[in-house]
Amino acid sequence: MSIYLPIAEMSVDVFLVLLMGGGVGFLSGLFGVGGGFLMTPLLIFIGISPAVAVATEANQIVAASVSGVLAHTRRRNVDFKMGIILMIGGFAGSGVGVWIFTLLRNIGQVDLLVQLSYVAFLGIVGSLMLFESVRAIFRHRSGVASRGKLHQHTWLHGLPFKMRFRRSRLYISAILPLGIGFFVGILAAIMGVGGGFLMVPAMIYLLGMPASVVVGTSLFQIIFVTANVTLLQAINNHSVDVVLALLLLTGAVIGAQLGTKVSGKLRGEELRGLLALMVLGVCAKIGIDLVAKPEDLYSISETPGFGL
Amino acid sequence: MIARARFPSWMRRALVLAAVFAVLQMPADAAREDALAVDLSEDLVGISTGFTGADVLLFGATEGVGDVIVVVRSPSSSVVVRRKERIAGVWVNAHGLVFNDAPGFYHVAASKPLDALLSEAARAAHQIGVDNIAFRPHEFVSAEDENAFREALVRNKQRSGLYTTAPGTVSFLGSRLFRTRVALPANVPTGNYDVTVLLVADGEIIERSSSVLDVRKVGLEAKITEFAFQQAPLYGAIAVVIALIAGWFAGFVFRKV
Repeated sequence: MSIYLPIAEMSVDVFLVLLMGGGVGFLSGLFGVGGGFLMTPLLIFIGISPAVAVATEANQIVAASVSGVLAHTRRRNVDFKMGIILMIGGFAGSGVGVWIFTLLRNIGQVDLLVQLSYVAFLGIVGSLMLFESVRAIFRHRSGVASRGKLHQHTWLHGLPFKMRFRRSRLYISAILPLGIGFFVGILAAIMGVGGGFLMVPAMIYLLGMPASVVVGTSLFQIIFVTANVTLLQAINNHSVDVVLALLLLTGAVIGAQLGTKVSGKLRGEELRGLLALMVLGVCAKIGIDLVAKPEDLYSISETPGFGL
Repeated sequence: MIARARFPSWMRRALVLAAVFAVLQMPADAAREDALAVDLSEDLVGISTGFTGADVLLFGATEGVGDVIVVVRSPSSSVVVRRKERIAGVWVNAHGLVFNDAPGFYHVAASKPLDALLSEAARAAHQIGVDNIAFRPHEFVSAEDENAFREALVRNKQRSGLYTTAPGTVSFLGSRLFRTRVALPANVPTGNYDVTVLLVADGEIIERSSSVLDVRKVGLEAKITEFAFQQAPLYGAIAVVIALIAGWFAGFVFRKV
């Protein structure tokens, strides 16, 4: 059964899109990532223009994240205070990111920048996470409970504006989550994703949040970042396709619920290891595309200046 | 809902017969002025929710013997063609050329191979055939580069089924009645298409006829597009609210399960 998408201006198979939404939604519930870094390339692959894919994907992630956050809230796994502070930083960062994006687009070469930042950040984040989680899994298996120091003091703990985050069991400077939110916001805007795959490791390794609250809190702040992106895209580019978004989110909300259920059964380091493998897989795919000789050296696009 | 011009064969035959009578009943002098009578099975192709492409039947009659060329083209826009080059091991969009006047959709059909009907010069002059579409490059580049970019534009459009050539698909019933089927794929651009029919004999264009085919979104598809462009902030806000409700609803349903 096919349906014609009014904004994308093409017809797609309903079941294919539902399945894609469900699959990516499952991963987003499992790992606490929005799934934009998977879905956007998938949408472009089935022939949807990059502009519509990026904008509609943001809209879809809003729904998947709400569904995921509700499930995590019931398990008391969302640190709302932390989420709001990350979100404030994220809003400021995405504003700066959109500004940088426009600047680079005017120079040309924004495609390359987007692809290179995908390879660089997915590669770095993926390798670090894989390395750390494999080590954690082995340590757990061998039974050597070398806990190390309970609390490592670095210069980061000397920063002012300390706040208590009860759910995360942290007493740290508010500048830290604000800064992380800001930085991830910049990259998210440039790369056209929610930023979960950057936010989740940053929360674990930089903030030292307990793994149990990381996923829910990440999803919580992604709701606001992607809602903001949806609104901006609809106003500036008219590129949000509600019909496509509805199909994707129908699949995604169901997938996200299932993913959340499975996520409760897996250990933190196993989850991180799986996410790392997935991130590295996407990184490798984009990397190979950059290096392999394209089938046709020439490509066409309707709107001069835009591209992903 | 599907705007596919699937006419039963009896109806198609009736339409052709009507065309025959229209031509036969014309006074002799009027017929000379109007050596070509053409009509489309429909003037409007409506794109609605179930749209998967459409077939439009073009039929007509000629006065005197000749061959027929049909050219269907959508409104033009500018298109960027980019060429990748390997820089430091990575394939990068290195050069780009903007072409103005590139039709979004272009279809040519004829009763014989095009080169058997018209000289190359005549085909170029009347933009007949995908190689003869007069794209205007936005800036000056070498002829060699311009050709490479031009060919790449046509090749990419052909790959997505938007530039098509179908010689031999205009079929004659007898010596004066002809018809052809114009297939519009699901990704057709919208707009007022120009449908030109040329009557050709001995390498000369004897007569030409132009009609308009309106391809546009209808119903819900049209309303959504209009809303998205004319009330963008509200559209965006509603899109977000729908997502919030859908997410909440799914969470609600799954808690019960």
